[in-house]
Amino acid sequence: MLKRLKRLEIDWRALTMVGALLVIWVVFSVATDGTFLLPRNLSLLARQMAVTSILAVGMVLVIVAGQIDLSVGALAGLTGALAALAYARLGWPLALAILLALVVGAMLGALEGSLVAWLRIPPFIVTLGGMLVFQGVLLGVTGGVSTSPPRPFLFLGQAYLPPLAGWIVVGAVVAALAFTALRVQGRKRPGRLGLAALAIGAVALMNAYAGVPVPVLIVLALATVLSTVAHHTPFGRHLYAIGGNREAAFYSGIAIEGHLVGVFTLMGLLAGAAGVVLTARVGAATPNAGQLMELDAIAAAVIGGTSLLGGQGTVWGALLGALVMASLDNGMSLLNTEAFWQPILKGGILVAAVAVDMAGRRGRG
Amino acid sequence: MPPLLDLRAITKDFPGVRALDGVSFDLEPGEIHALCGENGAGKSTLIKVLCGVYPSGSYGGEIRLGGETVHFRGLPGSEARGIALIAQELALVPGLSVAENLRLGREPRRFGLIRWAEVRDEARRALDRVGLAIPVETPVRELGIGQQQLVEIAKALMKNAAILVLDEPTAALPEADTRRLLGLLGDLRGRGVAMIYISHRLDEVFALADRITVLRDGRSVGTARREETTPERVISLMVGREISQAFPRPERQPGEILLSLRNWSVADPQNPGRRVVDGVTFDVRAGEVLGIAGLMGAGRTALLASLFGAARSPVQGTIQVGGGPPRRPFRDPREAIAAGLALVGEDRKRYGLFARGSVLDNMTLASLQGFRRRGLLDDRARRAAASGQSSALRLKAAGLDVPVGQLSGGNQQKVILGRWLLRRPRVLLLDEPTRGIDVGAKSEIYDLIGRLVAGGLGVVLVSSELPELLGLSHRVLVLNQGRPMGLFEGGAATPERVMSAATTATVGA
Repeated sequence: MLKRLKRLEIDWRALTMVGALLVIWVVFSVATDGTFLLPRNLSLLARQMAVTSILAVGMVLVIVAGQIDLSVGALAGLTGALAALAYARLGWPLALAILLALVVGAMLGALEGSLVAWLRIPPFIVTLGGMLVFQGVLLGVTGGVSTSPPRPFLFLGQAYLPPLAGWIVVGAVVAALAFTALRVQGRKRPGRLGLAALAIGAVALMNAYAGVPVPVLIVLALATVLSTVAHHTPFGRHLYAIGGNREAAFYSGIAIEGHLVGVFTLMGLLAGAAGVVLTARVGAATPNAGQLMELDAIAAAVIGGTSLLGGQGTVWGALLGALVMASLDNGMSLLNTEAFWQPILKGGILVAAVAVDMAGRRGRG
Repeated sequence: MPPLLDLRAITKDFPGVRALDGVSFDLEPGEIHALCGENGAGKSTLIKVLCGVYPSGSYGGEIRLGGETVHFRGLPGSEARGIALIAQELALVPGLSVAENLRLGREPRRFGLIRWAEVRDEARRALDRVGLAIPVETPVRELGIGQQQLVEIAKALMKNAAILVLDEPTAALPEADTRRLLGLLGDLRGRGVAMIYISHRLDEVFALADRITVLRDGRSVGTARREETTPERVISLMVGREISQAFPRPERQPGEILLSLRNWSVADPQNPGRRVVDGVTFDVRAGEVLGIAGLMGAGRTALLASLFGAARSPVQGTIQVGGGPPRRPFRDPREAIAAGLALVGEDRKRYGLFARGSVLDNMTLASLQGFRRRGLLDDRARRAAASGQSSALRLKAAGLDVPVGQLSGGNQQKVILGRWLLRRPRVLLLDEPTRGIDVGAKSEIYDLIGRLVAGGLGVVLVSSELPELLGLSHRVLVLNQGRPMGLFEGGAATPERVMSAATTATVGA
């Protein structure tokens, strides 16, 4: 009986998150006379959350390992600008420009990870320093002015899949879910079927406007990869162990330093991807791009159930968290709320989410 | 005249265990009364009751101070009545100066500002009383453990303590500091301070105490004046219990040597120059359990951790695992695991489990690489291996996805054992494998050790429960302050001999 209750409480936690999201959506729908729920707005909402989401899915793993990365916003700004400049000013091929952003992101992430792992500098300090350095470099390489790359670059941030392509993609996803649902037993099976239904509904909704936005597709693809890394690779499981109990991981023969370098490298790689999408979405590389996005990413992960103590969190939860944050921004813009209210409300929600979590944990003893 | 302090028929229960069962104990003014007993006999519980750590109402019996019944609800309460506890873990703030530590929380103030001159003057007088000649501005972090202990005593005396309770004060002290401390305690007695002195070291007890009380399994089994007893009698009181449990020690079929250790020494991380393990040499063969006996602080845990590459201080000596060549100590657990060692540590929560992780994740933590197929984990194989191990260990859990923190202690221990058995080690190092787990799970773990050894594994076992250690081990190595004090073969390892080797002084210097 007790065990069953405890299992319910784990689901209860996910349910409160979904419930809170629904409440936010209902409030905004009523307040905007339904404008909030129009396909046009939901498509915009999905695009608005793309960059934060890419950063958040990486941040989950960083925090799960008991670390923090404050430099991802600045790193996304920097790598996005490098790609745009390489493409627009140096005339590099698009693929090479994108690769540049990814490689630079991964290398700088690896550097930060090495400082944390081998020199034992606290990650807060390493990445705070990294944030300042990257912001400075960004200002330097852009020369303080905005650069707009030509149209093909913007595809990654602004284009939509043709409706038919959207259906093909979702068909493949549903088939994959059905296939794995056959292989797993028990509780997970209805979850997968629900997910398949959700995917079909989402594509129908997006196609009702202009089609599935390319950045949304990128987010979902990355989230799938990251979730697989988290749950189905030794690397991912080791991160949970390191964040959950570093001593136990050490005594189990896990190479902690290597894993820390790995997770920061992965985070840097994702910051590179986020940077490209950011530049493409905004349509320009700006000298202060990405500022404060690290905080949005951390907030999304935490609202989505990631524990800052380490060892706990999921990639999909972080996406849900990013959706909560983006919904607040979007809804308040629709209502023409003065801009200063947005950070105030987001800050309140962040603290409230953790407060609810802590209260639940105390209840469990 | 009533005694200064009188504990009457103290009984204290923990879930499933009676830690104290009607213990009576008294203390005369200006007396040092030693409290002896094996690990787990109830000494620490008794003083926690006395000092109010376990508040009045949570135990049975009565505490009388100067003839008056008292009800303490916490350390401040007992301190206010002149009882000062010098605990094993010192309660000083490392970053603050000695003077600040002495008046911490009771700083003399004028207009809200601390009167530093008074703090320093008082500190100087207090340090004089314990014979510690250091500047009072010294940060505590810069003091050795012996000096920190003197600061603690000075702090107690500043609060006009009439009764000092010293819990294993010399356990971590180098020889010179020990002698200095014993001298100081003798002086304080001369000045009328009464003391309860808890120690494993019988030579110290017999050098210092006026009376000696022995606890065993939560009961007081005898009190005697020092002149009327002998170390041998105290030892036999400490161990004198019949071995009630059957231990499935398998017939020893000595096979090849699996682990051999030569001149193994481990430096003390706190006191450079001192060694927590000093010159240990042994072999463990396939099909054999080597027991390591010793009292708290004898170096048993440090020995196992250093074998496993997890020591926090320099290690010297050579080690040989399986048929490998002799080599220097392992640098980290990874090397040790690769060579075929596995360690089940004494503190499951700290070194073993990540509590929020599932049984599956915890059990397969050390062998995940082996379940990889094309880069991804083969979840079916992983689950199959974990559930096979669970049934072999008779693990009681509501499935493999339950957070391991929800299991009982015995089942948690089985998860950790399962983690290592999945790696198929050559030698299993077990540090207090049955601590804090119930009787049923204990005997299952004994059976398991028997099966593993019969299957050709070598086991090194550390246990503070002497009957368990003697019942399971084919040979017993006794450590005393890090030094090997004898290797007893099977029947020669009697409780009296082992305890005598573990408690007798090792140095004359």
